[in-house]
Amino acid sequence: MDKLPVMLYIIPSMIMFCCGVYGFITRKNMIAILISLELMLNAVDINFVVFNRFLFPGQLEGMMFTLFAIAIAAAETALAIAIIVNIFRVAKNIDVRDLTKMKF
Amino acid sequence: MDYSQFLVMHHEIGLLVLILLIFLFDTFSTKESPRGFSMFSVCLFALFVVAGFVYPWRQESAAAFGGMYAASPVMTAIKNVLNIGVLIVLIQSMKWADSEFMRVRRGEFYELLLITLFGMYLMISARHFLLFIIGLETASLPLAALVAFDKNRYESHEAAVKYILTAVFSSAIFMMGLSFVYALAGTLYFADIAASLTDGGAMLIVAIAFVIAGMGFKLSLVPFHLWTADVYQGAPTSVTSYLSVISKGSAAFAFFVILVQVFGPFYHGIWEWMLYALIILTITVGNLFALRQKNLKRFLAFSSISQAGYIMLGVIAGSAQGLGSLIFYVLVYIFSNLAAFGVISAIENKTGRVDMDSYNNLYSTNPKLAFTMMLAMFSLAGIPPFAGFFSKFFIFSAGVASGSMALYILVLIALINTIVSLYYYLLVVKAMFINNQEPCAIATFRSACSERLGMWICVAGIILVGLVSCIYNRLIDTAVVNTEYIFTIFAN
Repeated sequence: MDKLPVMLYIIPSMIMFCCGVYGFITRKNMIAILISLELMLNAVDINFVVFNRFLFPGQLEGMMFTLFAIAIAAAETALAIAIIVNIFRVAKNIDVRDLTKMKF
Repeated sequence: MDYSQFLVMHHEIGLLVLILLIFLFDTFSTKESPRGFSMFSVCLFALFVVAGFVYPWRQESAAAFGGMYAASPVMTAIKNVLNIGVLIVLIQSMKWADSEFMRVRRGEFYELLLITLFGMYLMISARHFLLFIIGLETASLPLAALVAFDKNRYESHEAAVKYILTAVFSSAIFMMGLSFVYALAGTLYFADIAASLTDGGAMLIVAIAFVIAGMGFKLSLVPFHLWTADVYQGAPTSVTSYLSVISKGSAAFAFFVILVQVFGPFYHGIWEWMLYALIILTITVGNLFALRQKNLKRFLAFSSISQAGYIMLGVIAGSAQGLGSLIFYVLVYIFSNLAAFGVISAIENKTGRVDMDSYNNLYSTNPKLAFTMMLAMFSLAGIPPFAGFFSKFFIFSAGVASGSMALYILVLIALINTIVSLYYYLLVVKAMFINNQEPCAIATFRSACSERLGMWICVAGIILVGLVSCIYNRLIDTAVVNTEYIFTIFAN
């Protein structure tokens, strides 16, 4: 009940994080990119909760951080969705390959 | 509960009151275009700036919320410096805020802008990573909304989506690094982490790399800089100038505190070399890309990337002298960059042109604007009598103060890069004064009173801040006084 359970939580969360990074880089639809970002943020939340529960069971700092992180993630998503809706109104499309007006 | 701890955070409370007053004025004033609204906001903020200086400077460090929040003279100093910058940005944007397009929106503009400033205050004063993250997000999310402010321009939306996606991505990476730090240390207090981290091994290296990457996005250091130019070009010019100086200055200060206070014991083993590589890349790549820009806003974006590299020299010095010269650099950078942005936005408001070719022979039509731009470019490049020279000089000398050979080489590379940067800064000056094109694309015009006031403040700053040496002395003194606790762990 010591080492194994921690890894059983951490490995899926790291896989989630890496999937999020992969999706952020490869997906073309902005909503899909936003979902990938959510994956990354949720992986962070799982990490904090698990580290708190298994490594430092006497305190609540990690849990508190997770609560705030969830609220912040929600705010980020709401704002990003609003901006994507604006893009859709202007360009009738939410494909990132079309956002090429400004380039170097 | 001890309510007197709120007195410690007088800057934050004052700013909140100010935001509420502006909000109330916006809500209850008459529907039809209150002409005095921007004047009211700017005057109120100017009072706030003055109050920040007059309020007796705290000579001892104080804490609130169980040590999550700290206040000390050096934090008051950086907050006052940022206040000056925000005041100039607000003055310069008054013309834009009074335009017809902004008639129903100007309240939102001021409220969002000041809320991001509030977030930056929290970032600067945070001594716990939870408060730091809240400050970071409060600073960066409303900025995304501000970047998307220009509803009728497609570029504004494109810039906003690029900004918000990279900002969320970087904060996810940053928080992942924090979760590793939490696993190693069992706490999120800055001081406790530094005390309980002994030797983290590979996990600590990954954690520090993630934290540096996350902050690198905010500061637009080089491998993480790709959003910068697009966002600067697309955003409304007032927002761009805010983004390039205020956001960068506060992030640089917070970055210094995190690296030196939290990860100070691992300076030599780990992050000195990470930062070393980042600085060389940032300065060099920023300069090389700035050479080929034709749009002045993109040009200033790449110039600000390379300036961020110079600011990082103060961080890698990791000493009280480094901190003092970092704040001084931010102050000078505020004046010089805002002078350049003031000229650009005045011309953009009048004619809508931001490309360098239309600045050809600007001297013949608008000599004063051309002269202001020249001073800004000289100061950014670091030509002696102007403030930019002194800030570069102090930050270089802070960099080599520790005497290590590696840092001497780093400063040498930075020095060579200033010569490269001189070339492209002078390209603008050459276009304005030497290129002969008849007639000039920009006709003679008289800029608005507020714009002129903003430029006068910037020009005075460029000329005086370097020469009035008591400013630098004062900053160094405040950086040394009462910041020992940041450096105690670092010393051994």
